[in-house]
Amino acid sequence: MTSDTGHHIIGYGKLTAVWLTLLALTCLTVAITRVELGGYKVLGALTIACLKSGLVIAFFMHMKYEGRLLRWLLFVALVTLAVFIGLTFFDVLYR
Amino acid sequence: MTTEHQIQTSFWNDTGKSGIRSWIFSTDHKRIGLLYFYSTFGFFLVGVLLGLLIRIELMAPGRTIMGPATYNAVFTVHGVVMIFLFILPAFPGAFGNMIMPIQIGARDVAFPRLNLLSWWLYIIGAAIILTSLFTGGGAPDTGWTFYVPFSARTGTNVTLAVFGVFIIGFSGILTGLNFVTTIHRLRAEGMTWGRLPLFVWSLYATAWVQILATPILAITLVMIMAERVLGAGLFDPARGGDPVMYQHLFWIYSHPAVYIMILPAMGVISDIIPVFSRKPIFGYKFIAFSSLAIAAAGSLVWGHHMFTSGMSDTAILVFSFLTFVVAIPSAIKVFNWVSTLYKGSISLDAPMLFALTFILLFSIGGLSGLILGAAATNIHVHDTHFVVGHFHYVMFGGTGFAFFAAMHYWLPKIYGRRYAEKPAIIAWVLMFTGFNILYFTMQVLGMKGMPRRYYDYLPEFAPLNLVATVGSWILAIGLAIMLVNLFRGLFRGERIGNNPWGGATLEWSIPSPPPTENFAEEPVVTHGPYDFKGTGIP
Amino acid sequence: MSHPELKDYAGAKLGMWLFLFTELLLFGGLFLLYSVYLSHFPHEFATAGRQLNWVFGTVNTMVLLTSSLLAAMAVTAVQRDNRGLAVRLLAGTISCAAIFMAIKYVEWSAKIRHGIYPNSPHLASAPPGEPVFFSLYYITTGIHGLHVLIGAAILGWIAAKVHSGKVHKGDYVLLENGALYWHLVDLIWIFIFPLYYLIL
Repeated sequence: MTSDTGHHIIGYGKLTAVWLTLLALTCLTVAITRVELGGYKVLGALTIACLKSGLVIAFFMHMKYEGRLLRWLLFVALVTLAVFIGLTFFDVLYR
Repeated sequence: MTTEHQIQTSFWNDTGKSGIRSWIFSTDHKRIGLLYFYSTFGFFLVGVLLGLLIRIELMAPGRTIMGPATYNAVFTVHGVVMIFLFILPAFPGAFGNMIMPIQIGARDVAFPRLNLLSWWLYIIGAAIILTSLFTGGGAPDTGWTFYVPFSARTGTNVTLAVFGVFIIGFSGILTGLNFVTTIHRLRAEGMTWGRLPLFVWSLYATAWVQILATPILAITLVMIMAERVLGAGLFDPARGGDPVMYQHLFWIYSHPAVYIMILPAMGVISDIIPVFSRKPIFGYKFIAFSSLAIAAAGSLVWGHHMFTSGMSDTAILVFSFLTFVVAIPSAIKVFNWVSTLYKGSISLDAPMLFALTFILLFSIGGLSGLILGAAATNIHVHDTHFVVGHFHYVMFGGTGFAFFAAMHYWLPKIYGRRYAEKPAIIAWVLMFTGFNILYFTMQVLGMKGMPRRYYDYLPEFAPLNLVATVGSWILAIGLAIMLVNLFRGLFRGERIGNNPWGGATLEWSIPSPPPTENFAEEPVVTHGPYDFKGTGIP
Repeated sequence: MSHPELKDYAGAKLGMWLFLFTELLLFGGLFLLYSVYLSHFPHEFATAGRQLNWVFGTVNTMVLLTSSLLAAMAVTAVQRDNRGLAVRLLAGTISCAAIFMAIKYVEWSAKIRHGIYPNSPHLASAPPGEPVFFSLYYITTGIHGLHVLIGAAILGWIAAKVHSGKVHKGDYVLLENGALYWHLVDLIWIFIFPLYYLIL
């Protein structure tokens, strides 16, 4: 395991910039669901939610500065959840 | 061999503390491992008793010793106790805790206090489950799978029992995260991933399943509690719910759970076979990676429990296909174990006997698993005793016998004394005989159409049921002999030295029993786990 | 117990992330069920979702995002040895948590007053799909709310340790891990918000 270089400090300015972006994306989410896109509303809102969570994970949770192991493990956890949902839909969608 | 006059100081007595508080509040992985061992094994014996009661009831058609409602409760509690109170927690909790840190050259696990907490959660969960048996509407009668709608409606104490299981789930989660962190962070110098004993690899894969799958069980049990307590209607079609969704959620955990049960067992076998063949394991890398492959692929197949549930044909196809895929890494392990034996110098000590038996019984269970995994044949044997036979072959013949192997292999290290060999072999003969009479008969009964979880059966099934019950008695007698012999040896038997079996993994390089810190100084590893030549042991 | 305190910063952080994965999967089960029922009853889910107050939902989203910012800043503050600021930032996070819970309380009590709660007579006469939407809503936001309370309590406890100097520039993994837990609470809500409030 690589050394403990976990002392990456993210400045207040950068954190605030991320926060403002998140607020803007929140407004965008609300706006996008006002438009009549039917089923794509959900897709659009979820895509923005993924973007927002990406920012939270990368900057607020410091993932951008962590080692490869942690990022890979997060990927495994997310893929696992995606697979659970995906395989269930093989049933749900084709009844 | 150590001589009697040496006062053995070890983790049993070198902390300066004594009494029950020094045990139940200990953060020493060896003590916690023993706490887990005795509590889980105690519940195993409770489960055995319940199993024997089931067999007495099924010995003849009609009522034998209990009524139908009681029967439903007995097989439910048998399942809950065996699965949640023994098989799932025992290997990681008992032998994982006792042995794994030593095998990687560490002093303890990454989070010793969390380790203690995980045992306490196990005990609290177990206490809640026990309470549920004797309060409210009485022991649950839904089967250990708690399917809706019956589990949402039955008057028995499902809510409390399920809450107990929920608590125990967190015990497993903590163990999992502790072990992953330990194996990543606390390996001694020179203990590369490629030199880890295969038991450690198996615990690593198991820990991942505990981390990723158990939370789904937790939330599913919350949903059951919400159904019963709040009338949430999550699985009520009148309100938009779908009872098949319960089955998906339940099995998304409970199928990977069976890999929590079998992976550490396979790990122990991978450690034992080389030692008693005096040969390095064949295909170390394949076995290590197949542990990970089993954990991964095993998370994709849960639908094979649901072929008759009303699932879509597409899903049936997908899950059946994936089920065949997961058999491959298991088969790889079997081939590699057998290849290890080839041209080995085999000694049939008790650990090895149980290990070899594991290979046979697990393979039989695996083959019946293929019949169950193929959707077409599944339709005929689903919910029959064929299934019951299958899972007892893999869980009992597999994990159970591997656990017995581990008991004979490692408990002498922990106690510093050994059992007598001849009674162990006699016990093994009886257990092997009784086991196959009991469970192979069940496979036949299932093929003939005898359903599972039914209180009564058609008269044509009576002779084989009687045979099966007699098998259960032979098995029980063998088990009793094994336990009496083993524990008499551990408490009063001949003392052993560091390495009675000639193993090359680190636990055999320290005294039996080990001191609290395990190693006087941190070891530097220079050879592989089955490199007998490297250790100078013939 | 004779072995010394093992301080492994990377190990502690790894352990915390593993725990967060379990939380992800825990809520994941609820999202799985939601997604299945959404696919079955898109129309009823939309009808039900319209009965939730999207203004409250949006405000709560912004409140949690702000609380996350403050928690992240608290970590920076400790890294820069600014103890007083760190404690104030954590207090800010906890205040945001309180605001969130207050709004939640208002939302829930309004709904319950209107007869919208699991197994209510009103919902019994609603078309299939609507009752499960609300059952999932209550269970998901309920468990999430529980995590808000627990997270706030943990951050409060950590704030006390920062104040007393037990958590400091040389050893602050406890704060980092507490903040990670808090960010998870924020992350879950980032998904709850559009799925429950904006399916209109």
